[in-house]
Amino acid sequence: MRHLISIRDLDADDITRILDTAEEFTTPAGEPARKYPTLRTRTVCNLFLEDSTRTRISFDIAAKRLSADVINFSAKGSSVSKGESFKDTALTLDAMGIDAVVIRSASAGAPLLLSHYLDVPVLNAGDGWHQHPTQALLDLFTIRQHFGRLDDLHVAIVGDVLHSRVARSVIEGVTAMGARVTLVAPDTLLPPSLAPWDVEITTDLDALLPELDVVYLLRVQRERMSSGFFPSSREYARFWGMNVERLARMKDRAVVLHPGPMNRGVEITADVADSDAALVTDQVANGVAVRMACLYLLLGSGEPQQEAA
Amino acid sequence: MTGLLLKHGRVLDPASGTDAIADVRIVGERVAQVGASLDTDGADLLDCSGLWVTPGFVDLHTHLREPGFEESEDIATASAAAAAGGWTAVCAMANTNPVCDSAAVAEMVWRRGREVGLVDVFVVGSITRGLLGETLTEFGELFASKAAVDAFSDDGKPVADALMMRRALQYARTFDAVIINHSEDPDLTPDAQMNEGAMSAVLGLPGWPHEAEEVMIARDLILAAGVGARLHVPHVSTAGSVMLIRAAKERGVKVTAEVTPHHLSLDDRVVAGYDAVFKVNPPVRSDADVAALRQALADGTIDAIATDHAPHPVEQKDQEWEHAPCGMLGLETALGVVVDDVVAPGHVDLLTAITRLTTGPASVRDLGTHGHGLTVDKPANVAIHDPEANWLVRGTELHSRASNTPFEGRTLSTRTVHTLLRGRFTLRDGKVQ
Repeated sequence: MRHLISIRDLDADDITRILDTAEEFTTPAGEPARKYPTLRTRTVCNLFLEDSTRTRISFDIAAKRLSADVINFSAKGSSVSKGESFKDTALTLDAMGIDAVVIRSASAGAPLLLSHYLDVPVLNAGDGWHQHPTQALLDLFTIRQHFGRLDDLHVAIVGDVLHSRVARSVIEGVTAMGARVTLVAPDTLLPPSLAPWDVEITTDLDALLPELDVVYLLRVQRERMSSGFFPSSREYARFWGMNVERLARMKDRAVVLHPGPMNRGVEITADVADSDAALVTDQVANGVAVRMACLYLLLGSGEPQQEAA
Repeated sequence: MTGLLLKHGRVLDPASGTDAIADVRIVGERVAQVGASLDTDGADLLDCSGLWVTPGFVDLHTHLREPGFEESEDIATASAAAAAGGWTAVCAMANTNPVCDSAAVAEMVWRRGREVGLVDVFVVGSITRGLLGETLTEFGELFASKAAVDAFSDDGKPVADALMMRRALQYARTFDAVIINHSEDPDLTPDAQMNEGAMSAVLGLPGWPHEAEEVMIARDLILAAGVGARLHVPHVSTAGSVMLIRAAKERGVKVTAEVTPHHLSLDDRVVAGYDAVFKVNPPVRSDADVAALRQALADGTIDAIATDHAPHPVEQKDQEWEHAPCGMLGLETALGVVVDDVVAPGHVDLLTAITRLTTGPASVRDLGTHGHGLTVDKPANVAIHDPEANWLVRGTELHSRASNTPFEGRTLSTRTVHTLLRGRFTLRDGKVQ
């Protein structure tokens, strides 16, 4: 693995290796987080060209727990709008001698482009509607942690698949691991073609609930209402929102995931969000370990060496 | 008789339906004789054995970029590219800066073309002033100018307002001018980046649905039929558009249509690497669309191959896909791409392909004697091509100022070696004169 641009570039063995490595980096409950010397003398650049606090902090912590130096390069909007081209930004970073770049961009394809300009590993932290591979990996990790397996599960991805890089990555990751995926959304929120994926579709969440092991809720972006993708958050919540009545109709061990930040009262009610079935904080916690694993596998060598925190 | 004797070439002349080994004698500016084994009779000999001799090509759709965007191309560099591609006439699109909405700009482009002298530059005026879609350009002023403009287009932008389009079609009849409307319903293409379909789904890029093109073509065909005006549909890219145009022609609507070499060759799988050299409007479509376009070229639903030659400097193309502009070079690769991807696989025969590069486009507007064949006493606009040139496409080695060819690195069989404009070489032995 030279870069981490898209889940499509990974097979089941690659994913398993990342998840198994992340397992090594997981902090047991009640213990302080460990720090590893693995990436000492290495510099990781967080190139965030689109606003993001959660993902940037998660990558920041992951790199620091591996003893890497971290530089944060943030620029709102496109680099072009600042007068410097994307290519020049990349070449500038290259000239400074960084060892890896974590990139978040509003432009689909920007991480791939960056990987053509640079000789160092590129980690995609989200590009437009395209991919968010570490999100999918931390979701897979969380699901595997709960069920002890990934195959033979039925996962519903509910909501705005069309505009979601998370959905694309999760669909590809979950199906690669042998689980079944059903997309639940009105046609307006589905991609123009589902031919690239091995998925089923339905608009009827209620009929599907008793079969599901995982309900993966996507964030509703309110600006989609004004564009006619759906009429109102009220109607959205009625047909596709997760509430306690719906939760009660699911299997006992079934869980609810959400990539955050949640719109409580739209795609998820507060009582579901705060229930034991919701693994949202596990997802966040696991995100650090999974990102450590990705940095380690792209940059490190040998087995993880532990150092007292 | 003296002059120049093109000896023993494969003469492909749509006007006379000729596809045979023959000689062509050019005396002064004109074709003097066409026939088998003509006597040398003191003429300079040009051995055309193994070469194809055709009328000079006619491009209905060329972005010369001058005035205003000379960092991409100017009339001199575009003319050189045209000569190198076998073209003797090009139609300069109106989306320059200033826009070609006045006689002054039209005459400047026309005059500059004559000064360069490598290709006859015909001018396309804008339909609306400043391409703003609000008020009609003074068609009469442009028509009466030295540039004699008889084709109007806001290319790059559609005339979105149906009433404005209807009036443009009606008013153009005054001058027997043709309206060329960029076929895209903008309401259906907000932020569009590529063809909508399986590839856009995977790549997470907002799609241009094929319906956006078809809705606009359907509207325009209905309007043109209603007022009895002439409509030319540029860069047709979808199977649905082909069906609409075919049906309209069958019921007698005065419509002509063009297709680009890239839409005949490429499908949207080329976008997989997010290389913006493949970004173009309309976008490259599905393989089913490509197949329908090839069929339409063969059966005459589509009259012309036009390049939509659209140079952009490397710094604008070498950035994130969504920030890069639309457009690709076309003048120098058109013939090679059409021969290798459309003729060689058997979709269209060679003489038909040459027809769509010559007499086909010449039927759309008044281009003087361009495209009217290798006819005795007519001006000698001739191109001679080597079908075994097997040349490697390198954007930086093309004559355009920009290098944004989507065929970079491809080896094309066929290349133009000589071009003559009114009997004078504009390209000789592969060198622009």
